[in-house]
Amino acid sequence: MHERDKVLVVRAELAHDVVESSAFGVVQKPLSTFERLYNMGAVRKTAIVLLLAIIWEAAGRYLHNDLLFPTFSAAVEALLHSLINGSLVIKIWASLKVLLMGYGLGILAAAIFTAIGISSRIGNDLLETLTAMFNPLPAIALLPIALIWFGLGNGSLVFVLVHSVLWAVALNTHSGFMAVSTTLRMVGKNYGLRGFPYVAKILVPAAFPSILTGLKIGWAFAWRTLIASELVFGVSSGSGGLGWYIYENKNQLEIPSVFAGLLTVILIGLAVENLVFRTLENSTVRKWGMQS
Amino acid sequence: MRDPVQERTPLLDVRGVTLQYKTKNHLVTATYRVDFQVFRSDRYVLLGPSGCGKSTLLKAVGGYLNPTEGEIRLKGQVVNKPGPDRMMVFQEFDQLLPWKTVKENVMFPLLASGKLRGKAAEDKAMQYIEKVNLAKFADHHPHMLSGGMKQRVAIARGMAMEPDVLLMDEPYAALDALTRRKMQDELLHLWDDTHFTVLFVTHSIAEAIKCGNRILLLSPHPGQVKAELNSVDRDQADSAAGKELEARIHSMLFADAVEEQEAHHA
Repeated sequence: MHERDKVLVVRAELAHDVVESSAFGVVQKPLSTFERLYNMGAVRKTAIVLLLAIIWEAAGRYLHNDLLFPTFSAAVEALLHSLINGSLVIKIWASLKVLLMGYGLGILAAAIFTAIGISSRIGNDLLETLTAMFNPLPAIALLPIALIWFGLGNGSLVFVLVHSVLWAVALNTHSGFMAVSTTLRMVGKNYGLRGFPYVAKILVPAAFPSILTGLKIGWAFAWRTLIASELVFGVSSGSGGLGWYIYENKNQLEIPSVFAGLLTVILIGLAVENLVFRTLENSTVRKWGMQS
Repeated sequence: MRDPVQERTPLLDVRGVTLQYKTKNHLVTATYRVDFQVFRSDRYVLLGPSGCGKSTLLKAVGGYLNPTEGEIRLKGQVVNKPGPDRMMVFQEFDQLLPWKTVKENVMFPLLASGKLRGKAAEDKAMQYIEKVNLAKFADHHPHMLSGGMKQRVAIARGMAMEPDVLLMDEPYAALDALTRRKMQDELLHLWDDTHFTVLFVTHSIAEAIKCGNRILLLSPHPGQVKAELNSVDRDQADSAAGKELEARIHSMLFADAVEEQEAHHA
């Protein structure tokens, strides 16, 4: 043996026959029903919601004060009652109508601003400056101005909603575009894609995880802004929305109905998150392996 | 019979090309007055150490940057922007579009460039996916494939366009040694099949000898042509002749480095 290898321990060589997999226990077997259920996110989350409802109910009964903190069952009862007699349905519809209008216009405006932002360096500077200025500005702070400009009506609401959606969506979309890898950009250019087809076929899908995040944040901002605006300036164009429903019931000391209103806001939020956005995620970014 | 005149005119003609690019603080000269000619069905290799500007040169042929001096002509036309007649295969695994399946990825350039449409594009795509033995994975998304498979899809995508020249930027550099060997054999096999023209960038001397029929040696900082050599016969890549060529290239490429080091120590 060579001098430098003296430190090594000398051993005989080994060779084994590999055992047939059937000869030993588990190679692959299905999980138990409990394990499979526990692996489903929806089941785990429903369990959490149920647990929270039980805690609420217990706390309500313990405090025994319907005026300060009604029980879960009282809130649900008020909710069902308002749903059945239709008053809540009208409010939900009034809110959703304004919300969708503001959200849609906000996304459209964000698309235009982002297009300006990626078209040139000065456009990029413009977009960055504008988002830096307006993104931290709470939409509700613009409500007094909006009321002067657009009067008491849906116009003002839509204006503040657009403001709340626009900057969040534009910021996320733009940073998503910026993060698209040089390789993918070069691939797109290689195919001879330029201008709008290049943006639509390469940049938008490549930045889709960020765009989706922007849409989710924009949705949440829009919801908050809408309910807050309705609380601040109340009824518009006769009917009013969910915020007004909460405010009205508080004035009449119908506290279970106030909670029913809050519950409705939460339920719609949960439904949109889990049905709309989750479905969108599953059929896009998750399927593409861009998000686990 | 091919036209004998066309046989002797180069497909790709790079003449006196000086490439410069700007970083935030510097103007960097990547290559200085590089000349070379690629003929039809060449497996032309650009070989050199890191910093010799070989990738920048390939990008210039791809049309991603324009020479500050000299010109690049493809079939007599000056190259000044990227286009589907020069398909690129990159080193990075993320060159496939993650939102498209393997088949859609190969079809996309055919459709985007308007070369083929509908069923014709699909057939052409499948034909090349079969050539790289990935027919079973045609409906998979890229994130479900291994690195080697992704590179094979990228090669199929490039070849399906049947470009004038296929540009490969160190396509196997990020693969493990075993896979790389297999891919090199597969590339040669594909070449036997269609005799496509390929311009191949690598920093591995062995890879250059194995895959190329002609090798351009570049010196670093900035890249200048050091030599243009013929590779050995393909069966001889591992033989004495191959080893000899390897040693010769090695001494040519690294002669400077040794002198530099000696000067440094002196």
